[in-house]
Amino acid sequence: MDLELMIGSLPKLLVAAVITLKLLSVSLIIGLFIGLLFAILRINKNIIINRFAYGYSYIFRGTPLLVQIFIIYFGLGQIEYLRSTFLWVILKEPYWCAIIAFALNTGAYTSEILRSAFQTIKPGIIEAGKSLGISNKIIFYKIQIPIAIRQSLPAYGNEIILMMKGTSLASTVTLMDLTGVAKYIISTTFKPVEVFIVAGSIYLFMTFCIHNLIKFLEKKYSFNS
Amino acid sequence: MELLSFGDTGWGDELFVATLMTIAVSITAMLIGFFFALIFTPLKLSTNKFFNFIGNSYTTIIRGVPELLVIYLFFFGGTGAVMYVASIFGYNEYIEINAFITGAFAIGIISGAYSTEVFRGAVQSIDKGQFEAARVLGLSKFAQFFKIILPQVLRIAIPNLSNVWQITLKDTSLISVTGLVEIMRQSYIAAGSTRDPLFFYSFAAVLYLLLTFLSMRIINRLEIKYSRGY
Repeated sequence: MDLELMIGSLPKLLVAAVITLKLLSVSLIIGLFIGLLFAILRINKNIIINRFAYGYSYIFRGTPLLVQIFIIYFGLGQIEYLRSTFLWVILKEPYWCAIIAFALNTGAYTSEILRSAFQTIKPGIIEAGKSLGISNKIIFYKIQIPIAIRQSLPAYGNEIILMMKGTSLASTVTLMDLTGVAKYIISTTFKPVEVFIVAGSIYLFMTFCIHNLIKFLEKKYSFNS
Repeated sequence: MELLSFGDTGWGDELFVATLMTIAVSITAMLIGFFFALIFTPLKLSTNKFFNFIGNSYTTIIRGVPELLVIYLFFFGGTGAVMYVASIFGYNEYIEINAFITGAFAIGIISGAYSTEVFRGAVQSIDKGQFEAARVLGLSKFAQFFKIILPQVLRIAIPNLSNVWQITLKDTSLISVTGLVEIMRQSYIAAGSTRDPLFFYSFAAVLYLLLTFLSMRIINRLEIKYSRGY
């Protein structure tokens, strides 16, 4: 065990962990909006809208995240037309390409989580709202969405942790996130075990924090209290 | 379509072989994962605190650390570890492990952690009376497990194992970083030499979709088979 290397690489890895957290939080926020939008489309009765939303989630859940990043980062640059639009400012940056891929990916999973949460809301609750003369819009925003969010917290917590692990793929498109820096240190020092222990501990610590945060939120918003 | 033709001019045959490679790695990794689950599920269910700790550490660490990091550990550290073990037995030549074994092992350990959780949940959800009844009937321990417990565990576990299979299948795309020529790596090579990444990565996506679609079909049949009588 090379303790010196472990301690020496810790600051570099911690700086990289900040990039990981940045990637994670930005893509989760965008992904949540995408997920909510597609969950609403999924419970729509129009079959075309429904199929479209289903297709989106099927494709993004059925293919590896790595393929999605590569299509966006390497593939989209190939389209001449895109290069001439303002989109190119975003798409030439690996950082934004990674975020787009992560957001679309987590959006697909989130939409499934929220959809199942919407569908498990008892009809009686909505009927109760209607009988009180509350408008459909307010029932949706004030009753259905809060219940759905509460219902989907445990599953969404898992999704956050999966996404945190997913951000490691940003290192394949030249971003120096936690895994990217860890790989760099491993390939220059050839001490994989030491670096793995340090980088792995940072990841585990983040997992631990997310896990507890979700637990706290679950307790806070539980129906019993 | 020319790009996908078989033979020297197209990439069809290469991609076909690469798809078979992805399937082979996935199945190998899944089996290695079952092997790990077979060891760690009893540890997790054990009442002994020490065994319990080992079992929990395995699933917590593997499920909390990115797959890519585990793959790098095996890719860079696998040869060293094997040579170290070999040197204990007095063998000091350089040993090279091929990318298939490294990859399948790395993904297998990951998939094993998920399988362990699935089996643990399934065993715990079986009614205590079933264990007691098996014992009361005077069956041997072997028969108790294989004739009474396992069929019930499988029925509960198969839907969740199909999720593990999907995860494993998609994770194999990550071992392309070690140079094993599976779908992702082959698409990377093809995209590099034809300068058509959009087409080849999209085609890779289609291949993965096809694999997940077909495997779901097969697993659904298994599900029906094991839920007979329910």
